[in-house]
Amino acid sequence: MFSNFDFSVILNSWRYLFFDGMAFTLTLTALAAVGGVVLGTLIAMMRLSSVPVLPQIAKVYVNFMRSLPLVLVIFWFYFLVPYIGQWIIGAERPIQVGAFSSSLITFTLFEAAYFSEIMRAGIQSIPKGQGAAASALGLTYWQSMGSVILPQAFRNMLPVLLTQTIVLFQDTSLVYVLSITDFLGAASKIAQRDGRLVEMYLFAAVVYFAVCFIASLLVRRLQRRVAIIR
Amino acid sequence: MNYNWNWGIFFEQSPEGTGSYADMLLSGLVWTIVTALCAWVIAFAVGSVIGVLRTLPSRAAQAIGNAYVELFRNIPLLVQMFLWYFVLPEMLPESWGTWLKQLPNAPFYTAVVCLGFFTASRVAEQVRAGIQALPRGQRMAGTALGLTTAQTYRYVLLPNAYRIILPPLTSEFLNNLKNTSVALTIGLLELTARARAMQEFSFQVFEAFTAATIIYIVINLLVVAVAGLIERRVAVPGR
Amino acid sequence: MRLRSLLPVLLAGLAASAGTASAQDLTGTLKKIKETGQITLGYRDSSVPFSYLDNNQKPVGFAMDICYKIVDAVKADLKLDKLEVKLNPVTSATRIPLIANGTVDLECGSTTNNVDRQKQVAFTNTHFLTANRFVAKKSSGLTKFEDLKGKTVVSTSGTTNIKMINEYNAEKKLGITILPAKDHAEAFLMVETGRAVAFVMDDVLLASLAASSKEPTAYAISTDALSKPEPYGIMLRKDDAPFKKVVDAATAAFYKSAESGPTYDKWFMKPIPPRDINLNLPMSDALKGAFAKPSDSPDPAAY
Repeated sequence: MFSNFDFSVILNSWRYLFFDGMAFTLTLTALAAVGGVVLGTLIAMMRLSSVPVLPQIAKVYVNFMRSLPLVLVIFWFYFLVPYIGQWIIGAERPIQVGAFSSSLITFTLFEAAYFSEIMRAGIQSIPKGQGAAASALGLTYWQSMGSVILPQAFRNMLPVLLTQTIVLFQDTSLVYVLSITDFLGAASKIAQRDGRLVEMYLFAAVVYFAVCFIASLLVRRLQRRVAIIR
Repeated sequence: MNYNWNWGIFFEQSPEGTGSYADMLLSGLVWTIVTALCAWVIAFAVGSVIGVLRTLPSRAAQAIGNAYVELFRNIPLLVQMFLWYFVLPEMLPESWGTWLKQLPNAPFYTAVVCLGFFTASRVAEQVRAGIQALPRGQRMAGTALGLTTAQTYRYVLLPNAYRIILPPLTSEFLNNLKNTSVALTIGLLELTARARAMQEFSFQVFEAFTAATIIYIVINLLVVAVAGLIERRVAVPGR
Repeated sequence: MRLRSLLPVLLAGLAASAGTASAQDLTGTLKKIKETGQITLGYRDSSVPFSYLDNNQKPVGFAMDICYKIVDAVKADLKLDKLEVKLNPVTSATRIPLIANGTVDLECGSTTNNVDRQKQVAFTNTHFLTANRFVAKKSSGLTKFEDLKGKTVVSTSGTTNIKMINEYNAEKKLGITILPAKDHAEAFLMVETGRAVAFVMDDVLLASLAASSKEPTAYAISTDALSKPEPYGIMLRKDDAPFKKVVDAATAAFYKSAESGPTYDKWFMKPIPPRDINLNLPMSDALKGAFAKPSDSPDPAAY
């Protein structure tokens, strides 16, 4: 079955695949996960806030993002971000945003909707009495969030946040539609140049599987160690 | 903003000669819905079987179920799409491969199969969780009544489990619907692909994407509404 | 919408890149280049030999060479000591929105210059002329567009070619299934693997893709064409006359100079990377004419 296949194409291109492609994928995943969690936490706080209108805004944002396919969102932002930037800073022309920054903004904003749902559950898992106790001690809203509620919510939700980050890692492969050289993009460029797509796509599948599988095993291990604080 | 807005574009003829740009988007919507429904049939059937396997007493059955879920959850959907579309035909005997490649609407069948098996792994997770959430007494009651394992699942466990997992299944169905857009990479002319084609032919980027966005939101709201109706219909009275 | 809520996130990222230097008399792209010291070129994955990736996955090609001449001219015009060139990948589908939204300043590839597109973007002087044909395996026996009746063909999304084959299909009611592909290499692969019987595209690109395939002799290009030879141009933003003036002057000077012939030969008459294939496409009389009298006309009859 593999007689016609030539796996040397992988040996010849592994540096490009990993140092260019995988480096892009991992950087994008890491930055978008951090950005997504920070923004997601803010959205979750808005969602649970008692200030009028804020919860509604947060809800509309989350539901809006969650009803769109990521592919469509990627196209939207690649074309729209420069105009939004122009509008925000009041520049006279659309600001220039490169492929990486544009993908980063897209994934941060998109994944924030998903992270916010996780953080909302995390904040809600902390007994209300703790917030009440914090304010009784004279802590402000931000102090009680920052030093009482959020640290525990993070700890409780860490496994779920990491699982979502694995999903994010897989989702970044969709920047393929913009011809950006992420890991899959690099693999497909080599595949198309050398006419070796069977070998390259199989290899890409094996690498993605290995990374995600090992990561999910580690998350499960962590899950057993991090007991939910109630 | 240096952009020529033209909202009338939807009523102009598309170069495909089959109607206006609005018709083009609607034909994409039809493909999106048909693909999602067909894929869902596979996902629901395969996912239920795999989910059940994971709750059976047999170690071998559990291992098969777990292996399936790990395999399909840990490879990005786009890569799976390429494996089905580009790699599978080359792995088969040549005559089968050629037949497969020359099927009319090959992107559609590929997308249905790929999405079906992908979503099945997620449905399986929900089915397993649903069955495991039932009180253990239910299984025992089935056995005590003299039901076989198959009958216990058919008449006792699954009907209750599906009721519990209806909300997460709805969100899996919505994910499945959104994921049809990934099939644009193998040439499926679904809604996002049509919006992109409209942008390319007419250069009206933002009108095309705005229309697609609104359509997706409307389908989402409809699905959520329908799921709510079903939920009320099948609710066990008195619970 | 809820854009205002994104404000802080975006601002943080943008503050650094916005730039504050003032360049008094300049406007548009030239002003931006002067302020930032950067120019962004859009390149293609597989528009051989105009703009594609070589062995080291670096973009090279005839259109890239022309773009670097333009970069030199811009640098001289703005009296800059240093001009950083940034490269951004584009596809047929993304190139026009990315030019319009400022992500790339010059698109260096194989973009057909036509009246429709001139409503969105501008083109500098023509650097090639090519007609819309298809490539198919010789064994399929397809030689004319009529032969495609009822078959599955592929073309690259976002090109004039896919639009033309759609219009042709509708007009003649041939029942052709037309698959859109992301880029030329992917489209050619569809034919190579038997997913489609033919790839409808500009003949020069078809010839290059066939020549660099595993079995160059297995493919034949159609005898008839759906269009007259149409002009290719480097794309830039519309309504930016000062920038276009510099770019037009740079390309005109290059095409008329003694350098243009050897540069053409380097890509069309000599072995090219990545696999040292020689395309053997001598310069057509029409192109010689277009180089002697540079023009940015979208009308095929003008050449």
